[in-house]
Amino acid sequence: MGEMTQAVASAVDLVARADPALIEIVRLSLQVSVSAVIVAALIGIPAGAALAVFRFRGRQGLVVTVNALMGLPPVVVGLCVYLLLSRSGPLGDWGLLFTAQAMIIAQTILIAPIVTALTRGVIEDLWVELSEQLRSLGVGGARAMLTLIREARYRLLTAVLAGFGRAIAEVGAVLIVGGNIAHHTRVMTTAIALETSKGELALALGLGIILIVVSLVVNALVYLTGGIARRYAGA
Amino acid sequence: MALPAIEWQRQMSARGPSIQPLVLRDVCLNAGGRVLLDRISLTLTAGARTVVLGPNGAGKSLLLRICHGLIPPSSGTVEWMGPGASEARARQAMVFQRPMLLRRSVIANVDYALAVRRLPRALRTSRAREALEMTGLAPLAERPAGVLSGGEQQRVALARAWALNPEVLFLDEPTANLDPAATRAVEEAIAGIARAGTKIVMTTHDLGQARRLAEEIVFLHNGRLLEQRSAADFFAGPENEAARAFLRGELLW
Repeated sequence: MGEMTQAVASAVDLVARADPALIEIVRLSLQVSVSAVIVAALIGIPAGAALAVFRFRGRQGLVVTVNALMGLPPVVVGLCVYLLLSRSGPLGDWGLLFTAQAMIIAQTILIAPIVTALTRGVIEDLWVELSEQLRSLGVGGARAMLTLIREARYRLLTAVLAGFGRAIAEVGAVLIVGGNIAHHTRVMTTAIALETSKGELALALGLGIILIVVSLVVNALVYLTGGIARRYAGA
Repeated sequence: MALPAIEWQRQMSARGPSIQPLVLRDVCLNAGGRVLLDRISLTLTAGARTVVLGPNGAGKSLLLRICHGLIPPSSGTVEWMGPGASEARARQAMVFQRPMLLRRSVIANVDYALAVRRLPRALRTSRAREALEMTGLAPLAERPAGVLSGGEQQRVALARAWALNPEVLFLDEPTANLDPAATRAVEEAIAGIARAGTKIVMTTHDLGQARRLAEEIVFLHNGRLLEQRSAADFFAGPENEAARAFLRGELLW
């Protein structure tokens, strides 16, 4: 119990002092994960909608594969990106290993399948509902995709949030490709892992509490803006 | 941009050569080993409001979807035979049992259908406003479609179809989920569309509605076409025993 109170105390203390090291870490965490979510949404939403609307050979196999990729182990993703970006790897010339960009790439790979698979589910339900009407109006293919994405916009927010939750919480991928370098690639999860291994349990727990609060706040903000917009659109 | 405008006005006034009649020959529809439609041969000509009548499960909705081209028949042919037949796809519209509106304003729903047909923006707006006037929805134009009542939503669906200025309008049980007042409003809108020169083909299992709207009756039972006659003749005395039973209210399934 003592550890718990100490953790809360240290969390409160860190926030109250607006500890510069803490702010740096929180900001980098948000930068990396929000960037990854944006890229993953730009890839995953159109890809998921296409999987829902178009019928082509190998579609079912692709759907199963994407669903399975939702459970990608972060360390494996980290390792693969590490191999790609390392000096001797195929993309070694980019010099991205142990940078924030490398962490964004790894997290994007991790969550793009989540956004894709959830989008596919949402859009497919909507397509079943609206396909006769849209086909009657002469809408098909790419236009149907865009219409359905727009129709599903509030539900797709949940898919994007699921991706964000996964990105902000994972440690394996960013640790391997980022290296947890202070002031450079240290994010909340890697800092927690480090402090725990150093035996600074209170500080680690304090960071953990802040991580949970941050992701709670982000979710609440998105939920609220979505709710207001939804009421405005009457849907 | 000038060309589509001229094209639209031409369509509005004369619509170009007719796509009708629609001719079905020996149309069958099978699914899962069951015969849903059985050798239906039917000709729908311009003019008279046609009501496809029959008990639940007779195959009315399927027949309508086959006519509109939403589902292909298992065998048989569906053919528009008029001189304008090559444009048949763009000259018909359909209103379904549920309004199936998009999550946007009432007028944006109508505008969407017109945008799909590539009409220039200025024409779209005036055409959409006209369609909303016609269905009594003008005061609701900017409201989100999702907050309207069921009857109002169905009228938006009608306005959307009417804005396309179809030569043929298919309606699948358009009032099945509505209360009597909303049903009357929708029926009035349908009658107005018919007066403006659009061929109406609608399904219903509501005899009262058929009496109010039909000029021609197509009677279906168990996937078979049993009668196609003028409404006056049909209601005076159907030739077919199943149709007589249906009129007496004894044939519900």
